[in-house]
Amino acid sequence: MSENLVEVRNLKQYFPVKTGFGKSIPLKAVDDISFTIGKGETLGLVGESGCGKTTAGRSMLRLYKPTGGEVYFNGELVTDKNILHMRKKMQMVFQDPYSSLDPRMTVEDIIGEPLDVHKLCSNRKERREKILELMDIVGLNAEHARRYAHEFSGGQRQRIGIARALAVNPEFIVCDEPVSALDVSIQAQIINMFEELQDKLGVAYLFIAHDLLVVHHISKRIAVMYLGKIVEIADSDELNEHPIHPYTESLLSAVPIPDPDVTRARHRIILEGDVPSPLKRPSGCPFRTRCRYATDKCAEECPTLTDRGDGHQVACWVK
Amino acid sequence: MSEKLLSVQNLHTSFFTDNGEVRAVNGVNFDLDPGEILGIVGESGSGKSVTAYSIMQILADTGRITEGRILFKGEDLSTWSERQMQSFRGKNCSIIFQDPMTSLNPVFTIGNQMLEAVLLHTSRRGREASERVQELLDMVGINEPKKRMKQYPFELSGGMRQRVMIAMALACEPDILIADEPTTALDVTIQAQILELIQSLQNKLGMAVILVTHDLGVIADMCDNIIVMYGGRICERGTAREIFYNPKHEYTKGLLRSIPNVSNMKKKLVPIAGTPINMLNLPKGCAFCPRCDAAMKICLSEIPEEISINDEHKAACWMNVKAAFEEVKKQ
Repeated sequence: MSENLVEVRNLKQYFPVKTGFGKSIPLKAVDDISFTIGKGETLGLVGESGCGKTTAGRSMLRLYKPTGGEVYFNGELVTDKNILHMRKKMQMVFQDPYSSLDPRMTVEDIIGEPLDVHKLCSNRKERREKILELMDIVGLNAEHARRYAHEFSGGQRQRIGIARALAVNPEFIVCDEPVSALDVSIQAQIINMFEELQDKLGVAYLFIAHDLLVVHHISKRIAVMYLGKIVEIADSDELNEHPIHPYTESLLSAVPIPDPDVTRARHRIILEGDVPSPLKRPSGCPFRTRCRYATDKCAEECPTLTDRGDGHQVACWVK
Repeated sequence: MSEKLLSVQNLHTSFFTDNGEVRAVNGVNFDLDPGEILGIVGESGSGKSVTAYSIMQILADTGRITEGRILFKGEDLSTWSERQMQSFRGKNCSIIFQDPMTSLNPVFTIGNQMLEAVLLHTSRRGREASERVQELLDMVGINEPKKRMKQYPFELSGGMRQRVMIAMALACEPDILIADEPTTALDVTIQAQILELIQSLQNKLGMAVILVTHDLGVIADMCDNIIVMYGGRICERGTAREIFYNPKHEYTKGLLRSIPNVSNMKKKLVPIAGTPINMLNLPKGCAFCPRCDAAMKICLSEIPEEISINDEHKAACWMNVKAAFEEVKKQ
């Protein structure tokens, strides 16, 4: 389809884990996931720690070399050869605003680096103007340009990271937990900025986060991951009102809602136990060990995503 | 008058750093009843954790309580000796921390660390003590307690470690359990397990709980009464329903507007402008004043007193005084 900006097909990312004596077994961090993102759309990617959501975002931009599968951007296959060129269109904002900025560079140089790498400015004056323009877009003062990252608060650092991602005029940004390190009152500032940038520049996001309320607020569609697999994708309101997969159901019921009457009236589905280690994945459906509905079939074969109408896709044998 | 279980009166706590005095807590008052679940909510640097640490008297070396009293069942804790305090911690009041990985000792087994608590604070010895540890682990929902006792912290998951921490805190059935961000480091489904556990144990053992967190969702779910803190002071306090449905402090209002909720999913969030407060340089008046949209002249120069909104609700904001004056004028 032509309206898809990003298309991910059967993306796999395995990491070898040494077991001693030169042997290793693969850790399947991302195992065969497929999804699409439209122009100017936000897809939320949620899941618990270790489910592979960050790895998925990084493999898409080839920060890791994917083990298998393809990523298409505007219909063009992303490969090792064209990735440098592709990163002019695909960028990333990282989770930790403290470690993702070089402490020895000034703000001007941090934001200017992508401009230099992609040779987007012909002279110093143009570069300086472009940097000031970017700083203005993300709400930083021009006088901040010559300061170092440590002089800023967490929220302001995240703004610097966003300005750096915007420097090359990308059409698509992977946002990896961009607000989870920030204070509650600052989160809203950054979320609003993401939304305003989308309205203004038409950029699409893959918004990775574990906070379901934040993801629901910002995303048009949401994908839920569990142990390297996508278990459900749907429109965000649809997913919140009518979750089908048992994991999504319990995940949503576990989120504490900041409204005493609503949250106390709800029925919480408490999952037993912990997420299994990705090295010891259960056979068949990865969720079956904690699932209330698990049957024999779930242990034998892994369900694939099937469409249940209106683009609501679910990978489950029972529901 | 019935005696309060815990009464914090005009607490001031400061840290003396190379950059000057950081006044982390500035005049905090509250009472805790037996069996109550009290939530203290605030952003980082609001003084919520320092308040908790002050009660336990486990402040860092540079920190000191400079003013105020903490009364436990009517007795002033500052007059107690270190020996008495040691028995207070554990027997009367226990704390669980945010990060279960760093608060357990990595070189001792779970059983070893739990036995320490039981041996120190109870008269149980030998087999009896070890049976008590198994009983505690069983109570917090850890299966095969005998096997777990031989394991080291790194062998357990985050949720399991937090369960061990809770079991340890409950070893001598304290009157008060302080939970400092107990679920912040955990995943949503594990968070739900731990909150459920704290709730059911509270029901069973009837202890009072002070829950310190920044997560308004957790607070809404768990607490009878809520204290909202900003810049080391209490802005507002009241029952959960009063705070969420009838906020009377500009900071609380702003906080509730700035978080995504079921009711504002399609609406734009209204952020609180500006950056969090610098504790080295507190404003002269209301701490929230530099970020407040409704700030008036008086907010710059005078610290607002807490005034009662109704029996279950108090707020420290000049806006309420203004509203009261206007009410009187009308009449």
